[in-house]
Amino acid sequence: MHQALKTSYRQDISLLANRSGVFWYGLLIVVMLLVPGVLGEFYVNELGGVFIFAIAGVGLMLLTGYTGLVNLGQGAFLGIGAYTNSVLMTKGVPFVITLPLSGVFAAIAGILLGIPTLRMTGFYLAIATLAFGSIVGTIFQKWTAVTGGFDGFAVPTPTILGYPIEGATGVYYMSLFVLIFVLWMSVNILRSPVGRAMVAIRDSEVSAQSMGINLSLYKTISFAISSGITGLAGALFAHYVRFLAPDSFDILLSIQFVTIIFVGGLGSLHGAIFGAMFVRLLPQLIAIVRDDLPFGIGRMPGLEPSLFGLVLVLVILFEPTGIYGRWLKLKTYFKNFPLHRRTGMRRQKTYARSERLR
Amino acid sequence: MSTLFAARDIAIQFGGIKAVDAVTFDVNEGEVFSIIGPNGAGKTTIFNLISRIYNPTSGELTFNGRNITRVPPHEIASLGIARTFQNIELFAQATLLQNLLIGRHCHVRNNLISQLCFLPSTRKAELEHREKVEDIIAFLDLQRYRDTLIANLPYGVRKVVELGRALCVEPKLLLLDEPSSGLNVEETEGMAFWIEDIKKDLGITVIMVEHDMKLVSAVSDRVMALNYGRVLALGTPHEVQTHPEVVRAYIGGEA
Amino acid sequence: MGDVAHLLQLVINGAAGGCIYGVIALGFVLIYKATEMINFAQGDLMMLGGFVALSLIANMGLNYWLGGLLAIAIMTAFGFLLDAVLLRRVIGQPQFAVIMLTLGLGFIFRAFAGITWGYGSYTFVTPFTNKVERFGGIVIGQDSLSIVVGTVILCLVLYLFFSKTRLGIAMQAASQNQLAAYYMGIPVRTIFSLIWGISAAASTVAGILLAPSTVLDVNMGFLGFKAFAAAVLGGFGSIPGALVGGVIIGIVEQLAGYYLPAGFQEVTSNIVLLLVLILRPQGIFAETQRKKV
Repeated sequence: MHQALKTSYRQDISLLANRSGVFWYGLLIVVMLLVPGVLGEFYVNELGGVFIFAIAGVGLMLLTGYTGLVNLGQGAFLGIGAYTNSVLMTKGVPFVITLPLSGVFAAIAGILLGIPTLRMTGFYLAIATLAFGSIVGTIFQKWTAVTGGFDGFAVPTPTILGYPIEGATGVYYMSLFVLIFVLWMSVNILRSPVGRAMVAIRDSEVSAQSMGINLSLYKTISFAISSGITGLAGALFAHYVRFLAPDSFDILLSIQFVTIIFVGGLGSLHGAIFGAMFVRLLPQLIAIVRDDLPFGIGRMPGLEPSLFGLVLVLVILFEPTGIYGRWLKLKTYFKNFPLHRRTGMRRQKTYARSERLR
Repeated sequence: MSTLFAARDIAIQFGGIKAVDAVTFDVNEGEVFSIIGPNGAGKTTIFNLISRIYNPTSGELTFNGRNITRVPPHEIASLGIARTFQNIELFAQATLLQNLLIGRHCHVRNNLISQLCFLPSTRKAELEHREKVEDIIAFLDLQRYRDTLIANLPYGVRKVVELGRALCVEPKLLLLDEPSSGLNVEETEGMAFWIEDIKKDLGITVIMVEHDMKLVSAVSDRVMALNYGRVLALGTPHEVQTHPEVVRAYIGGEA
Repeated sequence: MGDVAHLLQLVINGAAGGCIYGVIALGFVLIYKATEMINFAQGDLMMLGGFVALSLIANMGLNYWLGGLLAIAIMTAFGFLLDAVLLRRVIGQPQFAVIMLTLGLGFIFRAFAGITWGYGSYTFVTPFTNKVERFGGIVIGQDSLSIVVGTVILCLVLYLFFSKTRLGIAMQAASQNQLAAYYMGIPVRTIFSLIWGISAAASTVAGILLAPSTVLDVNMGFLGFKAFAAAVLGGFGSIPGALVGGVIIGIVEQLAGYYLPAGFQEVTSNIVLLLVLILRPQGIFAETQRKKV
């Protein structure tokens, strides 16, 4: 049985705890960099989409999974990032500037949402973010002078230092680099006082305050970081779809994001990645097996959303810790083999505290 | 002995009920001051007033010479006041280590950018915080639970973690809310030893709400008895426990 | 006279639409008060109820009243089973999990409806279709009137049920203090399933009342989000509040549609919701509690 032992505090807070971590993650990065040379354009395109949704997933995970603030309006921030990026590019601003600016604009929007909702919890917050997302979606549709409304908005090709970033491969590498950057920043947050303050707010606001955490400040910071990251994803999303339609940033998109963090595994960065893979690849999977399904199920309209809903229900009933939770259990099984005990992994029955008295 | 903390005519009303009614008391530096009284007497309410979770309807609170009656709740820790909660308000989905590290929050000096990029200054500060937290872990014998989630810890251990988290604040004044509730005899004895050590070795002033009279007599320098939000008696443990008003409140008087 | 009449017309139409929001919100609040679960699929329950009624009345040719009552009975059983089989298992999980669960259920309901009845728009003939009443200068469709009257009758029935019958009182007890209710011999889990059944029944009533004036389609459940606004406006946890909130939102929507520039009508309910949450989160009939630490 291999147990990684840590010998210094420094090791505890470093990015990768030991040699094997460095090896495996390094290998992963090398593989990811080589993919476009090996796989065809279709797969590269799909993976690019996965990366973009993973970036937004990380943003939402920090807000909902780590700070405990439910956000059902995340689609709006993706849209703000996408439109900011594209509109500024048509005005001649280079991509290297519009990308961070999209993040900044989305972060400002996040602060605008965060401040009035500071005292809201649970369902109230969910509904408020839902309303916010809906209003922003309507703005996208009606502010035709800027967004072009339902006519759509053609997104210009980005260039870096004069070289155009084109096609699926260009989007792939851009998204990969932004994802790595966002993950690095998130890990930093989680091993710093900021990240701990977020977790404290999630688990007990009262004692967080007594420990010196300014609730308003940190909730706002969390909103800002979360929406800023989603704004970056939005800018990349614009180049992924090449053509923006205002109704693509609606409640259904927001539900996809919430599904990402939930099915992936709430409260872990890995969860955001796994969740993004699931949400983006499920439609592809359905498309592939569609014709082979018995009773003509494959030809039914509405198969996709129904499977979506079915998976959500099954996850909540049988594996609320999500894909990452199941992954950890699997790892523990192999680590303890053949001494693995099922009861060691049995989920403790939790009795949620009444939300009415938070 | 100087006065570290003073409450003057502090009062709070919920609707028509006076939960705390014109309570006045001083706490001297370095002493262990206990507040006793039947359930509902207003003891925890006073703690909530001191840690600023509630706003008093009248009266004044002074700490270290400073009027803290209207200070926002998140500033209390940096002023040097820490507390534990009667029903344990730990961060359940975090590890013990993380809980204690959150106790260090009022000592964090790095700005947001430094943390986002985990600059060397943040790294250095993190290691320092870890050292301080490990001192507390050693003091309270919590080493083997370091990386366990609070949700997976037994009740007795969680009580100790509550105490530890408050100590990580490095407070001048420690508010302990029923530290022995839910603990068995041995655990309560351990708690008594720790309170003594906190007073003698760490030099921290303690205000304690308690029901366990043995513990109160053993560690307290002075005791205040409350009932229906009003002070019944204030003095040494013996004086208060034999005070006729106090006896009547607990046991009942002649019909 | 024309302006006042027109204003009155808007108010009445708004009140009728608002009653629908109110009834959905009522079902939603019933479940929340009892079990603290947030049912994001409440609107979709209305949709299913409407479609079941469609099958009974339009396809099988049953009489409107008979078909309606049968639809209500079927949906009551459905709501009961939904809780007994599925939702009971997630008691104790954090609220977010329940939100996700009901969101997922919403997807399944919509897909099921699409597969069973199709993705078009449907309606069925009722005794109130295409008939109008005239009061002075005001024209009121009988379907709008039926909505208001139907809502009033529903509320009366529910009020009598909860305050006068043993079962209703047991439900009140179970929703206020589960443990005490258990000790009194009240079968709390069965009661919760019954409450889900009643909630589904109420939403079915909304669906049936709505069918003549608005076509039935699988996405009509999205009305449910306006119902959430109604519940919050009325004061979350207050049943009369849910109705009052719904009516207010319905009226404000109609007025906004007429007096404000185009496009504002859609966002009206959202803006009202945000304003209430920011300025007076307890809503109209406040029911706040404070946690004792």
